[in-house]
This record gives sequence, C-alpha cells and structure tokens, in this order.
Amino acid sequence: MTIDVRIPTILRTYTGGEKAVSGSGETLTALLDDLDSRHTGLRGRLITDDGTLHRFVNVYVNDEDVRFLGGLDTKLADGDSVTVLPAVAGGR
Amino acid sequence: MLELPQTMIDAMVAHARRDHPDECCGVVVGSAGRPTRLIAMDNADRSPTGFAFDSDQWLRVYREVDDADEEFLVVYHSHTMTEAYPSRTDILWSRTTPFPHWLLVSTRSPDEQELRSYTIVDGTVAEEELRVTPG
Repeated sequence: MTIDVRIPTILRTYTGGEKAVSGSGETLTALLDDLDSRHTGLRGRLITDDGTLHRFVNVYVNDEDVRFLGGLDTKLADGDSVTVLPAVAGGR
Repeated sequence: MLELPQTMIDAMVAHARRDHPDECCGVVVGSAGRPTRLIAMDNADRSPTGFAFDSDQWLRVYREVDDADEEFLVVYHSHTMTEAYPSRTDILWSRTTPFPHWLLVSTRSPDEQELRSYTIVDGTVAEEELRVTPG
C-alpha cells in the first residue's frame, strides 16, 4: 500500500526538503503515525495534543478536505493521494 | 519594503469595497521576488470580523503556484471596522502560515483609502514602506 503525500514548504524541514513523501495506513491517523516514524515531528504539526486535526492546517484526500470526509478517521486506499497545506485565516 | 503596481493596489481596494461589510482576502504571487499576479480568494467565513481561505480554492491555487515554482509574496485582507493593522488573530495565524508581506486594507471609512503593509516574523509586527509603481 502506497499513499503519496504532498508536503507544503513550511513543513519540508521534516522531510529533508522533499515536496512529496510516501507512506501507508488504513486511515489518516495510521498514515500520520507511519510518516512520523520516518519524519519525526511531522505528526505533531498536524494533530493537537487532544488528538484532533490542527485548525492551522488543511489535509485533503484525493483533493477533498478531510473536514468534510471523516477527519482523522478518513479511510485510505492504495493509490490515494494526500495533500497537506497550511490554512490561511485571520481577522479583525 | 514592498513594491506593487498601481493596478494591484486598485484591485485590492476594489475587492475590499465590494465585500464590505465582510472582510475580503487574497494573495499576490511572485517570481524571483517580483509580484506577477493577484489572486482574489473567497472568504469562507463571510464574516465582518474574520477571514479564512476557502479550502478547495486554496488547494487549487497553492498547487498551481507550487508547480510553477512561483512564490506567495503577499497575503492581503481587509478590516471593515478597525484600522489597517494586524490583529491578534492575524499574528497568531502568521506563525503557522508565514507570508513575506501582510497587506491590510481598512474599509471603515467609505471615503478614505487606508492601506498598509507589514512584515510579521515570529509574532513581531513591523510596518514597512509600500511603494506603488505605475502599471
């Protein structure tokens, strides 16, 4: 099982500068655990201490925002592609 | 110092006026440090007190810019009731999503144009000169 994961510029310090890495997992949580075993610290930038997806990032599975899928429990299959982006927001 | 062509300044101000009383948001993309195009983004919050890039649109824009080896030079947004100065929320978000320049437009006055540029590095805001070039 191989899932391609695109990493944004700001998180490439965790991937040795690579734009994309690959990993495996039946769910997004499992994939992030797998990635963290080779890219230590990456998971901590995406998941809060409470185990929820950080609001400062967007994660997409096959170009769908996982907030509209199953969040961290989103199921993954061989060949899926995951994209991580920094979210952009602000306010008054 | 940030240098932008008059057409981009006009487009940002027009965008801010159009979306008022909600905040507007967008980016300026560049190549080798020079601004090349402005992309108006949808404010998913549609709110007078905050903005968030629409996540689907942001994915398309980010990928296009990343694939072309362009860079995000400026993030701009409007404040509709307060001055054109980064808010506490803006500073918080700048930590996880850095941009070289933060440009703010205030639409609190219907007559006066208020537009200022900043750098926000590690939470420290510094106003910078905004130089407008013809074009």
